[in-house]
Amino acid sequence: MKKTPFYEKHIEFNGKMVDFAGFKMPIQYSSIINEVKAVRERVGLFDVSHMGEIEISGKDALDFVNWVTTNDVSNLNVWQAQYTTMLYPDGGIVDDFLIYRLPERYLLVVNASNQDKDFEWIMKNEKGDIEIRNRSDNYFQLALQGPLSESLINQILKKDISNLRFYWAKEEEIGGCKVIISRTGYTGEDGFEIYGDAQVGNKIWDLLMETGEDSETHITPCGLGARDILRLEMGYCLYGNDITKETTPLEAGLIWLVKMDKLDFIGKEALAKQQKEGITRKLVGMKFEGRAIPRHGYAIYKDGEEIGLITSGCHSPTLNYPVAMGYVKKPFHKVGTNIEIEIRKKMIDGDVLTLPFWKNGTLKR
Amino acid sequence: MKILDELFYTENHEWIRQENGEIVEGITDYAQSELSDIVYIELPEEGVEVHKGEAIGTIEAVKTVSDLYTALSGKIVEVNRELEDHPDLINKDPYDAGWIVRIKISDPEELKDLLDAEEYKGIIEREE
Repeated sequence: MKKTPFYEKHIEFNGKMVDFAGFKMPIQYSSIINEVKAVRERVGLFDVSHMGEIEISGKDALDFVNWVTTNDVSNLNVWQAQYTTMLYPDGGIVDDFLIYRLPERYLLVVNASNQDKDFEWIMKNEKGDIEIRNRSDNYFQLALQGPLSESLINQILKKDISNLRFYWAKEEEIGGCKVIISRTGYTGEDGFEIYGDAQVGNKIWDLLMETGEDSETHITPCGLGARDILRLEMGYCLYGNDITKETTPLEAGLIWLVKMDKLDFIGKEALAKQQKEGITRKLVGMKFEGRAIPRHGYAIYKDGEEIGLITSGCHSPTLNYPVAMGYVKKPFHKVGTNIEIEIRKKMIDGDVLTLPFWKNGTLKR
Repeated sequence: MKILDELFYTENHEWIRQENGEIVEGITDYAQSELSDIVYIELPEEGVEVHKGEAIGTIEAVKTVSDLYTALSGKIVEVNRELEDHPDLINKDPYDAGWIVRIKISDPEELKDLLDAEEYKGIIEREE
């Protein structure tokens, strides 16, 4: 089992450690619900160093990245980020991730559970004059998320970062260490993701925690449990649950990440065919009555007929009702459709609704 | 982890307090800490007959769902209705405000199968 550079910090802060994607990670420190609240109201700090970092450089890097991913990197400026997917030829999803265009290279920040698979897939499809490097062990990554995260970053940098726009990044110095600060996140709140040399990670953690505890931001370290609920309240997909190699971006409602009009890319033909023929199921958001939690794998019904399965679900601490995502057969994907799920032999009423569930997030568009 | 000397315990991490032929049951501090963030509890009906080891309810926490077992046979005489609106009482105060059911026991012999605080401590140490 691997450890991130912050393992000792997790122990020091009483993190409850679990095995996740080959890493010892904190699922929570105090309470998942309190950590969710901290991010919605103030600011939370997450160790996300388990994520993989793959760098692609070389003369043909732009063409190659556009060949293996679905979004279009040709309109990215240096220091700009983009959310994208990578597909198999049949249109199934290999992974979803952020790409940064950095000076002289592209940086792909991939899901921890997929990093080896992604690297192999990218290597297998290598073409042109490019260099591909798996740099996952060299980077630390922290996510600072919540409405007060800008104020905390400003205190640490001793300057105003408010002009850094959503999905843009820049190089900065924190405590004498060079880091990349990116205005991105997976929570729906304003926030930053900070990348740097794994060896200086702890110094950055200490500086963020110390400054955050002293100031009125009352920073809270947050674990994977809170991260999962925060993303689910926003309707953000989690690979392995809501999207897999068995699902396509069309079915998952991620077609906005696919630029069908760019030059050829892996999976294009299959998607064009699926677009022409039409999809038979769609990923939707649902809310439910009562307090029982709709969990991964539970069946969804319409008038007694099974129409799909829950892929992710939780009791939303922010909205105070159960929410879930799942694939349902068309035409039951339409907003307002009444559906049911079975939990412990009881049928629970629910409705299909528009994502995100949490509509008052502070993220800067 | 709090373990009270005056209570009895089960391997399923329930605690039992004896009160004049009745018992009060809840889940231990260790159990609530392992579950953490309890958001919902399905309680049994008052008046039903239950049998030792039977699942009589469900405790739903953010991370997972867990069955609640009855430690002894008997009749449910009272359930803690406060938990319907405040299931987190089990997290905050597992041995007092977080009690779950009161049972009029039908077979006092079964009390002999319960663990005392020392024995329960041993079980937790093995699990950790």
